[in-house]
Amino acid sequence: MTILPRQVSRLARLRQSDLWWSFTRNRGAMAAAGLLLVLIVSAFTAPLYVVQNPFDPAQLDLLNAEYPPIWAEGGQWPYILGTDTQGRDILSAILYGTRISVLIGLASVFFALAVGIGTGLVAGYYGGLIENLLMRFGDILLSIPTILIAILVSAIVRELLPPSLREVGAGGVLVFAIVLSGWVQYARTVRAQTAVERGKEYVQAAQLLKVPARRIMFRHILPNTLTPILVAATLNFGMAILTEATLSFLGIGMPASQPSLGTLIRLGNQFLFSGMWWITVFPVLQLCLLVVAVNILGDWLRDALNPKLR
Amino acid sequence: MTASAHIAPVASSALTVSAITQRFDVSAPWLNRVIERKSRLFVRAVDDVSFEVPKGGCLSLVGESGCGKSTVARMVTGLYAPSEGSISFAPGEGGKPLSVQMIFQDPYASLNPRWRVFDIIAEPLRELKLRSTEAEVAARVVELLQTVGLAASDGRKFPHEFSGGQRQRISIARALAAEPEFLVCDEPTSALDVSVQAQILNLMRRLQDEMGLTYLFISHDMSVVRHMSDQIAVMYLGRIVEQAPTEVLFANPRHPYTQLLLDTIPDVAAPRRDREPSTGEVPSPLKPPSGCTFHPRCPQADQRCSAERPGMTALPDDSRAACHRVAEMLERMV
Repeated sequence: MTILPRQVSRLARLRQSDLWWSFTRNRGAMAAAGLLLVLIVSAFTAPLYVVQNPFDPAQLDLLNAEYPPIWAEGGQWPYILGTDTQGRDILSAILYGTRISVLIGLASVFFALAVGIGTGLVAGYYGGLIENLLMRFGDILLSIPTILIAILVSAIVRELLPPSLREVGAGGVLVFAIVLSGWVQYARTVRAQTAVERGKEYVQAAQLLKVPARRIMFRHILPNTLTPILVAATLNFGMAILTEATLSFLGIGMPASQPSLGTLIRLGNQFLFSGMWWITVFPVLQLCLLVVAVNILGDWLRDALNPKLR
Repeated sequence: MTASAHIAPVASSALTVSAITQRFDVSAPWLNRVIERKSRLFVRAVDDVSFEVPKGGCLSLVGESGCGKSTVARMVTGLYAPSEGSISFAPGEGGKPLSVQMIFQDPYASLNPRWRVFDIIAEPLRELKLRSTEAEVAARVVELLQTVGLAASDGRKFPHEFSGGQRQRISIARALAAEPEFLVCDEPTSALDVSVQAQILNLMRRLQDEMGLTYLFISHDMSVVRHMSDQIAVMYLGRIVEQAPTEVLFANPRHPYTQLLLDTIPDVAAPRRDREPSTGEVPSPLKPPSGCTFHPRCPQADQRCSAERPGMTALPDDSRAACHRVAEMLERMV
């Protein structure tokens, strides 16, 4: 039928959108997006081209240990950023670590979004006692610093897990800890917006048709609350990576057998005073680049989606 | 707009509303109540309202903003349950109660801004399973778009691409999609330009004739109401103060409040520059005045009005009014 909404390809619609227009005119955002793309793609394709799998002990050679970066005296090809005390290539370790950091960041944002959006919709749509219970519980979580919750949770859960699962489950525990303190922000935003939308007449029109509450929440209200959520999620992606790095740096995050950037920084930290600065400085640099790129993108998104700032 | 003789068909009533009341809890939050020792607070938005709408007819509720007319509309559609009283629809086709849909006041809030017009109009068809295949749904949406005077290609657009009048047409198409027998129209034209108002009203009249719809029409605009309705009920502070057939009400308004409302209609041919501006505001429904709630603003009020609440007085010309003066006049005549 001709009148069916013609499916314009998503790409074409994106190219025509205000968002894309704003993006192409913001050099900072484009640079940040480019950098982020390079960092993520290089991390996820790393196994294809790096010198070694840095966490496979069989591939490490103690004879190659403690090389400085290639441009410094004593640097050795192909160890561009040098090696650590066990002959592990720093560049390979960083790329593998970035992969873990990004995965944990993405997973915690995803689950925090799922929990936050669900809670916010239910609280905002039904109001009353349900809203009070859910949101006050969230307030309690918010009154405790994120890091403290994360430390508490990862310490407790780690103790509860059988020793054999501790290493494997470390990533999951981290994600759980970050989600536990992260969902409240989404829930609050969605709840506030839902409470506004619930009173609008298009929702009443749907209620008149006896559309089930679940479908009203997800198909009618949710699309109208997504804008602020998108911004918050982008900025929180950076925060989640940092939280993960902090926990790993403190030694309650990723274990040395599957190190994230934070773990690498902690491990390298011990050698800083013996002159082997490259073991810790390069992971720090990578972490900074990653988080700065995400934050610049998030800031741009916030401005671009806020019509009052145009 | 002419005062056409829109004679109500002599028929059974489509909707019977008896003594409905709506109380809203407007208390402060629990914590504030406990600390500040405030008691719970309720508003009687609608108080003891009764009326009937004949099948195929149109009853209008008029009154100032805040008088409870939209609340009545939402109770009739079932969006709010009445605190007291009952609402019953006559059986329609298939023996089930007449199906109700609603046309909303604000054409900018009543359409989901993220949905295409096609999906907005198709939603009732899909939700109520009125058409079985997507092709049938599409055909029906085109038909509805054309019924309300829009093009089939408009289905592809988003609501923000339309003007207020066009949006109201979309809103009507969505309501019609559910195949209602009874339409509640909550100030469907108050957000529109005068020229567009006439188009929408004429469309609604045409639809009523073609589909045999029954209307409950809510408005604050007396000239719109005169164009649309067979019966008019005037509301003040949550109560009906006068109800009469349209022409009776305009020719012979009984209640002082109705007289005040009719006085406010501007007349281009014979402007009444000497007209006394009415004084006072609508009192807060939280603390309605004693006796007749209109007495603080009423030019004919006396002590009885502030002490005793007037009951409904039925008059020989099919009208009824809640006013002591009307009742006294009737007694003198008898």
